[in-house]
Amino acid sequence: MRLFVTAALMACLVTNAAFAQIKIGAIISITGPTAALGVGYKNAFATFPDTIDGKSVTYIIRDDAADASQAVSIAQRMIEEDHIDALIGPSLTSAALAVQPILNAAKVPMIATSPLDYDPVKYPYTFSAVQPVGLMVDAVVADMKKRGVKTLGYVGYADGFGDQVFDATKAAAVKDGIEVVANERYARTDTSAESQVLKVLSKKPDAVMIGGSGTPGTLPVAALHRRNYKGLVYGNHGMVSPAFLKVGGPAVDGIIAVTGPVVVFDQLPDSAPTKGPATTFMTALIGKFGPDSVSPFAGYSEDGLLLLQGAIPTALKSAQPGTEAFRVALRDALEKTNGLVGTHGVYTMSPTNHNGMDDRARVLVQDVDGQWKLIP
Amino acid sequence: MDQTIVLALLQDGLTTGAIYVLLAVGLLIAFSVTRVIFIPQGDLVSFAALSLAAMIGHQVPGTLWLLDGLCAIALVLGLARGRWRSVLPYGAAPAVLTLACWAASRYGAPSPVMMVLAIVVVTALGPLLYRFAYQPLGESSMLALLIVSMALHFVLIGIGLYCFGAEGVSTPALTDASFSIGSADVSGQSLCVGGVCVLMVGLLRWFFVRTLFGKALRAAASDRLGARLIGVDHATSGQAAFALASAAAAISGVLIAPITPLSYDTGFEIGLKGFVAAVIGGLASYPIAAAGALLVGVLESFSGFWASEYRNVIVFSLLIPVLVWLSLARGDSEDRA
Repeated sequence: MRLFVTAALMACLVTNAAFAQIKIGAIISITGPTAALGVGYKNAFATFPDTIDGKSVTYIIRDDAADASQAVSIAQRMIEEDHIDALIGPSLTSAALAVQPILNAAKVPMIATSPLDYDPVKYPYTFSAVQPVGLMVDAVVADMKKRGVKTLGYVGYADGFGDQVFDATKAAAVKDGIEVVANERYARTDTSAESQVLKVLSKKPDAVMIGGSGTPGTLPVAALHRRNYKGLVYGNHGMVSPAFLKVGGPAVDGIIAVTGPVVVFDQLPDSAPTKGPATTFMTALIGKFGPDSVSPFAGYSEDGLLLLQGAIPTALKSAQPGTEAFRVALRDALEKTNGLVGTHGVYTMSPTNHNGMDDRARVLVQDVDGQWKLIP
Repeated sequence: MDQTIVLALLQDGLTTGAIYVLLAVGLLIAFSVTRVIFIPQGDLVSFAALSLAAMIGHQVPGTLWLLDGLCAIALVLGLARGRWRSVLPYGAAPAVLTLACWAASRYGAPSPVMMVLAIVVVTALGPLLYRFAYQPLGESSMLALLIVSMALHFVLIGIGLYCFGAEGVSTPALTDASFSIGSADVSGQSLCVGGVCVLMVGLLRWFFVRTLFGKALRAAASDRLGARLIGVDHATSGQAAFALASAAAAISGVLIAPITPLSYDTGFEIGLKGFVAAVIGGLASYPIAAAGALLVGVLESFSGFWASEYRNVIVFSLLIPVLVWLSLARGDSEDRA
């Protein structure tokens, strides 16, 4: 009996000590079909600080293997067992949509690192550190209009991401008077997009928009190159990574894509507000993982941290970490974020806008001789 | 849809179809001798491509360490049982191979040499996987062996992700030549793939018909108990069958690596389509499986043109009419002992 009481008392002491520190959870798809993106998200955490505003911080990173139901069970465990104060992630849109209701019910602020359509009124605890797909695609279509493109073909993934990019492309194209003449899809694990490209080419578009990401995004571009396509090739922000260039090789030369400024941090003009945070972060990341680790996805994790770093001092004034009052205060402080400069853009949140990014969050880049070059 | 498009689609379809022929034939050999449906064959396709890309990128491929690890365990087991002759296949041979791969990745080597090394490394994995994963199961039912195959697939995927990372790789083309036949452009790479496939099928046929070891394998395939009675060793025939299946996978991997970016998880789908082709052959007939493989490749190509979103659905749905027809045509047939 005495042993039990002692053990119980000691357990209380241990958990008490844990409550004084801030716990930030992260759900990342480190394995699974989007593992290539997951590596970037995860690497950023190695550069994160151990203390924020004097309180020690622990980061709990778990892998959802690109499975929304696994993300849900991880989120529940993080809330009930680990008592996290905030969540950075999930890195997969379908997982983010699945965990959103749970985190909102438990009043845990989540900063999603994947593009998702959020509703700040229904889910006030959801924030997004990722440029909305529409914001990015608009820049691409605006460039098409500038270069006189009249007809556009689309080759993208046959999943949620491919749909998102297509819907954004179609909406922007209709607004700018460009006709979308082809909409072909392929799967991430396909070995060839030849037939889809042939179908698009039979409609003879002036430009082709690619809705892929990572290395499978090179499939349609390589097929277009093989068929000697002479028009313009455009990509989305999921394709801007060193691996894409390495695997694509000379076949992807000349492709124009949109991305967050963090990827070309060393080419940004000094007047760009994101140059400072982007350079600091990327230098730290390259120092740990080498030049091939430059990834827009690492930038999203970092922006999640920067947003929390901006909001935690305010929240600490009214409550202790590990309590619901702290989380509520954290959410309120996040919502008041004004002009916070991250690596991807400048964030200004409001009760109706939980993303807060504007057109300073995007730049156009072109692949010139195996490097992404900023288009001024 | 004019003639150039049809010819382009046919070319694309027949190239991938040739790969599926190799995989289907390998799968059939493994199945007929050991009754194992070797699903991880697709993962071995990725392993071959990833190992080749790693060596070209001056890194020692992780598959080599897997091979060395398994050989070390086999060596220890063999020596503990007093079989001194196991030093040669499980000690000396992997040591030589490791040295060769290390030298090739460190100092560079001509492209054909690195391809051969990648093929040898992955081919050697096949019998070792059989020895450790399937041989202990002995006379288990086909279902148990299939479940082990699925488990082995997940293990290999995990190893692939750990050793090679999540990004895809691509290797330099075997040849950049391109010929114009009529109104179509035929790439030299596609001709290479087709040529190697025909060569391999011919070699296998010669092996099974003309050599004693091949005949022993055929005997083991048709009646295992009878083959054991006349002295065809059960373990050796199983390992040889798996060596052939993984050789087919390795050669396929090295052939398609220049054409498409392969990552640790794309091989599985390629292997599955090879399995569809093998099922078309009723998991018994080689010529029908080969024809089925070409059909799968061409169907995949054309449905990618007509209904690109449903391409994989169409290809895998091909299984349904085939299975219905096979069960109606075969009627009641007892499972072979």
